Amino acid sequence: MDIKSPEFKQSARIALQDANLQKALGNLKAGFPGKRASAVARMPEFDALRDQARDLKNHILEHLDLYLEAFEARVVENGGQVHWCRTSEDARQTILQICREQNAKTVTKGKSMVTEEINLNEYLEEHGVQPVETDLGEYILQLRGDHPSHIIAPAIHLNLEDVSEAFHEHHHRPKSDDPAVLMAEAREMLRKQFAAADVGITGANFLVAETGSTLIATNEGNGDLTQILPKTHIVVSSIEKVVPTLEDMSLFLRLLARSATGQEFTVYNTLSSGNRRPDDQDGPENFHVVLVDNGRSDMVGTEFQEMLRCIRCSACMNHCPVYGAVGGHSYGWVYPGPMGSVLTPQMIGIEKAALLPNASTFCGKCEEVCPVRIPLPKLMRHWREKEFEKHLSPKAVRWGLGGWAFFATRPGLYRWASAGASRFMRLLGGRKGKIRKLPLAGGWTDHRDMPTPTGKTFMQQWNERQQQEKQR
Amino acid sequence: MSRADIFANIRRGLRRSEATEAQRETVRQRLQQRPRNIIPSRSQHEHDALVELFVRMAREAAAEVVELDSLEQLPCAVADNLEQKQQHELVLASDSALTELGWAAVHERVECHQRVAQVGDQASLTLAFAGIAETGTLMLFSRPDSPTTLNFLPDTHLVVLSKQAIVGPYEDTWDRLREASPGRLPRTVNMITGPSRSADIEQKLQMGAHGPRQLVIFLIP
Repeated sequence: MDIKSPEFKQSARIALQDANLQKALGNLKAGFPGKRASAVARMPEFDALRDQARDLKNHILEHLDLYLEAFEARVVENGGQVHWCRTSEDARQTILQICREQNAKTVTKGKSMVTEEINLNEYLEEHGVQPVETDLGEYILQLRGDHPSHIIAPAIHLNLEDVSEAFHEHHHRPKSDDPAVLMAEAREMLRKQFAAADVGITGANFLVAETGSTLIATNEGNGDLTQILPKTHIVVSSIEKVVPTLEDMSLFLRLLARSATGQEFTVYNTLSSGNRRPDDQDGPENFHVVLVDNGRSDMVGTEFQEMLRCIRCSACMNHCPVYGAVGGHSYGWVYPGPMGSVLTPQMIGIEKAALLPNASTFCGKCEEVCPVRIPLPKLMRHWREKEFEKHLSPKAVRWGLGGWAFFATRPGLYRWASAGASRFMRLLGGRKGKIRKLPLAGGWTDHRDMPTPTGKTFMQQWNERQQQEKQR
Repeated sequence: MSRADIFANIRRGLRRSEATEAQRETVRQRLQQRPRNIIPSRSQHEHDALVELFVRMAREAAAEVVELDSLEQLPCAVADNLEQKQQHELVLASDSALTELGWAAVHERVECHQRVAQVGDQASLTLAFAGIAETGTLMLFSRPDSPTTLNFLPDTHLVVLSKQAIVGPYEDTWDRLREASPGRLPRTVNMITGPSRSADIEQKLQMGAHGPRQLVIFLIP
């Protein structure tokens, strides 16, 4: 998808005015946080599991090369192939090559954010291979020529009418306002596609080094039909998803569903190990794992390494007041919300993504709910520092900071100026004690009044109190 | 080229070239000894309590649980269950434990087949390898007698689970699975918790997205 992150401010302004989007975002806010909270309340060990998951991820990252080597060796033993891709372009070419070897016309796809990241669908289409999204949300988006606005609930920005409209247009059936009818329609349409596809592409939530298995967690079962019916199964995943053993995977699975949808467990957790065994009656004959780096290995050993712990549960965006107000598309690229504000600058460059780590109130809710305890606000702050170091901050910010520094390093001048400003604001506010419009502070006064300072400055009050103490 | 670049980059980040022998040993040990992480207290109980927990959690996940006194009752119970759903065709896994049962007695009510599943199949019947009480989860895996399509294509998935095969946490099934499939895992291992569903339209949960619309578990002693 095109990068629109530099337009965050305009996109956010439009999103705030969009009544349909605001209605749809209401569904998110009314659903996810409450469901997560109930699931967490039923698991007294939840916080201890989070600590253990954080430590385990740190251990994995310290030995990342070794676990990836072990995973690769086991995939090969299982009869599969591993393809290493440094960039999105490498990954797209590799996948197209596999499809061409199979003379593939259509490819069914399970839900995968990494394939969004590498812009796979457009590329396959341009080269004569038709991708068919099979996750209900992704299917709706594909019909509309749209992109996901959330990493696990891709069509969260749409309302029932939008889905009904899209289905009516493409399925040529009467419109329905019953979600059950719409889902049954998608089920029927996609049955034929599952059976006809030459290649099935899924993502992976985890890669198990011990067994050379990939795991997907889905509620719909589309990821399973995608991989067992076609002759070839391609798993597209990224290097930080490796875990040592099935025992270690279990730890993360306990955290994933509860943090994501608030379920006790995702309906289908499926391990795929290599290709079909000699006497098996079904399953893919070819098994490929495409491992995408795309800037992740550059994060190892840096202040952003902790971001590689992320298991893509979406709890951070589900609880984020900014995401909840402007929705995922405003962020302008694949990964929205707090995790996106850390990951996107790494992947598309801070030059284009500088507004994202600034689009945070730093309320800390994202860190509070993160199952692997990623200090997201701290990491966003690191990006702000990078932005400043690279002279990317807007002039107003740089001059403002420069001006502030000039006064702050001269305490006498600072006190004199702040006392003056305080008097000026009182004058401006008049009898009402409120300022309707303030130069350079339109971001505040356009939406609410600025209360005037009511008395003396802190330093004046402090000095007076010290005087009174002495007199006593 | 990509492979070498990626590994070089990771090692540069970790500020080392090749890993030390001690680091390799740490990884080898973890992969061989497979230490368990925290096991929730919920799944550590006597077997009877685990069976009860399994049933409760499976029902919570919208699975139907039918308790039988013996495996011999299965054909009749299956026929009754499919009748309620107005279904009369069944694709069976080829396990002899299933095929040798008295299906002839219900042949007027249920038409049985043994093959992989196809688009349009009404119902399938398979044997579960294990039941995980912690979340009411079934474990099945692909093998010549039990093709994986049976677990996903039909509208109704019927599963036979022996009470003896119910364990507390997921971890207890991994050891059993390694024993059942020495050397390498089966091609596909499915953990199934309730029937298929989606909330992708307005976050309203609907049952029966792409996998089975109904999941029925027949629990036998």
